[in-house]
Amino acid sequence: MTQRIEVDPIACEAHGMCAELLPELIELDDWGYPVIADVDVPRRLRPLARRAVSVCPTLALRLRVTAAVKPVSPSRRH
Amino acid sequence: MKTYWYLTRSSGAVSLILLTAALVIGIALVGRVRSERWPRFAVDGIHRAVSLLAIVFLAVHVITAVLDSFAPISLLDAVIPFAGTYRPVWLGLGAAAFDLLLAVTITSVLRERLGYRAWRAVHWLAYAVWPLAIVHGLATGSDLHQGWMTAIYVACAAAFAAAVLTRVVIGWPAQARLRLAAIGALVAFAAGLAVWLPGGPFGPNWARRAGTPPSLLPHTVSQPSPG
Amino acid sequence: MAARLLHRVQAGPTTLEDHVCTHGPLPAHRPTAVAAEIERSGLRGRGGGAFPLARKLAAVRRARGRPTVIVNGCEGEPLSSKDGLLLSLLPHLVIDGALSLASAVGASEILIAVDELEVRAGETVERALRQRPELRDGRTTAQIVWTPTGYLGGQETAIVQWCEQGVAKPRFESPRVTERGIGRRPTLVSNAETAAHVALIARHGAAWFRQAGTDNDPGTALVTVCGAVAAPAVYEVDHGLALNVLLADAGGCTEPPRAFLLGGYGGGWIDASDAEVVRLSPRELAPLRARLGPGILYVLPDSACPVAETARVAGWLADQSSGQCGPCVNGLAAIANELERVRSGSAGRQALADVLRWCGLAAGRGACAHPDGAASFVTSAVRVFRDELSDHARHGPCDACQWATALPIYDRGAAIA
Repeated sequence: MTQRIEVDPIACEAHGMCAELLPELIELDDWGYPVIADVDVPRRLRPLARRAVSVCPTLALRLRVTAAVKPVSPSRRH
Repeated sequence: MKTYWYLTRSSGAVSLILLTAALVIGIALVGRVRSERWPRFAVDGIHRAVSLLAIVFLAVHVITAVLDSFAPISLLDAVIPFAGTYRPVWLGLGAAAFDLLLAVTITSVLRERLGYRAWRAVHWLAYAVWPLAIVHGLATGSDLHQGWMTAIYVACAAAFAAAVLTRVVIGWPAQARLRLAAIGALVAFAAGLAVWLPGGPFGPNWARRAGTPPSLLPHTVSQPSPG
Repeated sequence: MAARLLHRVQAGPTTLEDHVCTHGPLPAHRPTAVAAEIERSGLRGRGGGAFPLARKLAAVRRARGRPTVIVNGCEGEPLSSKDGLLLSLLPHLVIDGALSLASAVGASEILIAVDELEVRAGETVERALRQRPELRDGRTTAQIVWTPTGYLGGQETAIVQWCEQGVAKPRFESPRVTERGIGRRPTLVSNAETAAHVALIARHGAAWFRQAGTDNDPGTALVTVCGAVAAPAVYEVDHGLALNVLLADAGGCTEPPRAFLLGGYGGGWIDASDAEVVRLSPRELAPLRARLGPGILYVLPDSACPVAETARVAGWLADQSSGQCGPCVNGLAAIANELERVRSGSAGRQALADVLRWCGLAAGRGACAHPDGAASFVTSAVRVFRDELSDHARHGPCDACQWATALPIYDRGAAIA
């Protein structure tokens, strides 16, 4: 399971709380809007990512969770 | 038991202080006040904590008022406004304030599920809680003539007024009409208090006029028995 | 050049009889057959996004709810005229495509989005709709939706928002309109030219479609050729056609060219000296950091001031932002202001570096592709017009600056709040 942080740019109003909580993954640009690193959220930072989503004053931040793809074993039935 | 009576009065006062504090911190959040020592997510955390603490003290205030044997207040009176027998109007304002605060709290706990817009719409009601609470306190409280209680009311009132005015200024002049209406409402409320207080809670026989059941009133005129 | 869409196009709107005479009647295929043929054809959107139509179709077919088809004829790009041409002269081709797409996704509602100022085009389509026997029994409905004028008025989600909420502003893509669009039901938005290609694929098949163009970019595309050319017009080209051949067909340049703008204001500049190797297909343009976009080739003459033109358009692009996303609003405004300072000679030494940095910050961080397009336009200008830009930064405006009206812009309609 991988997690990515996404921001709804319309909802975002540059409060910057996400960057305070998660400076490892989120920086603020010249105008205070979040620049999010294009990487999966490492396991140890996941609780902070969850908190950043919860604390965002406009609920602009979200976590996109993609389930790991499991190989499907071929079925004998057709 | 006198304990409940003391507890309900004190927890009521503390609730008011905490409510005012939560409002002021909330305005600091909206106003994006920046501090070297306090990251804004921490201020957000304090806002939530103080609000929850206010609810806790409010719950104590309600429960002890119900448990207290002096005034006939039932649990239902605490949430259904104006239905009780003890100072129904003024107690009812407290019940209304409590209901609104409950709505604000529940929507805040469920914020992510409700979505930003629905949550925000209900959150505006927080501004209405405060005037209701203070009038309720002034009209049902029994410590009005104590200096410390008056000081608390004055301090909270000043903080509330300052908070509302600050909020109006943030984002000025967008939606100017709404902002002017808010200022007007604040001024009207203050004026209303100024007119009402001297002849009301600070006037003679307030307990009777407020709707205290006659059996509870301190002075009863005794009729001389005939013959 | 292969004329497929423009085969036997006339000076006025083609009647239904002439249309059927030229292309044959529209066959009624099973929906899955149409979808399969579109997939085999490899047709990509002709509105600028170049998204594979088959994938969009599949997404709409997968989603729950009765779909709606929107044909996008809004054409917000000031340099583009192809969609207007299709609506005005070949309405039945577009309607054929809309009907085929509706059949492919199981939609019974078709909306044709037209810019509110393009009254003649919209009325032509309305008249054409009334003549269609397929719409007579009312099982499938089709009507014009008049959208407010603006660069973003034709953005996919903006059209849906306009229909749903009366505000023509893009919305955040999640969920996509293919899942939740009109009436919270799946919506297929297709450019008018894309629909026209579907109309021909439905008749002649995917193999025929792939006979033109290249393997990676099959088929033909309409390209608006404009600027300093002898015969500015809409031309139909095979993908992969050499730019020089298209220029020659357009009568050649009227003046020595300085640069070519491919793809409109969301596209990018190419130096005229590099043009010999340029072939017009998305795959071949990609290494040059250029794209065909909604089919635009603009020729900037040597006599124009590229700095003034770029600064002016950059300002217009900043103006056209829907104002919803911080990086776009702030980024494009900062870029435009700095470019104007460069033009007037009052910029600092960091100016171009700042502009490029802001382009990097704006791109990909808005709810729609507007900042990406603007960033591409400006970044390519900084690369191609490096000499003129340093010249202006050092010496201020040039003589040609004052006649900077080569690249057209327009005022936004009042209805976009």
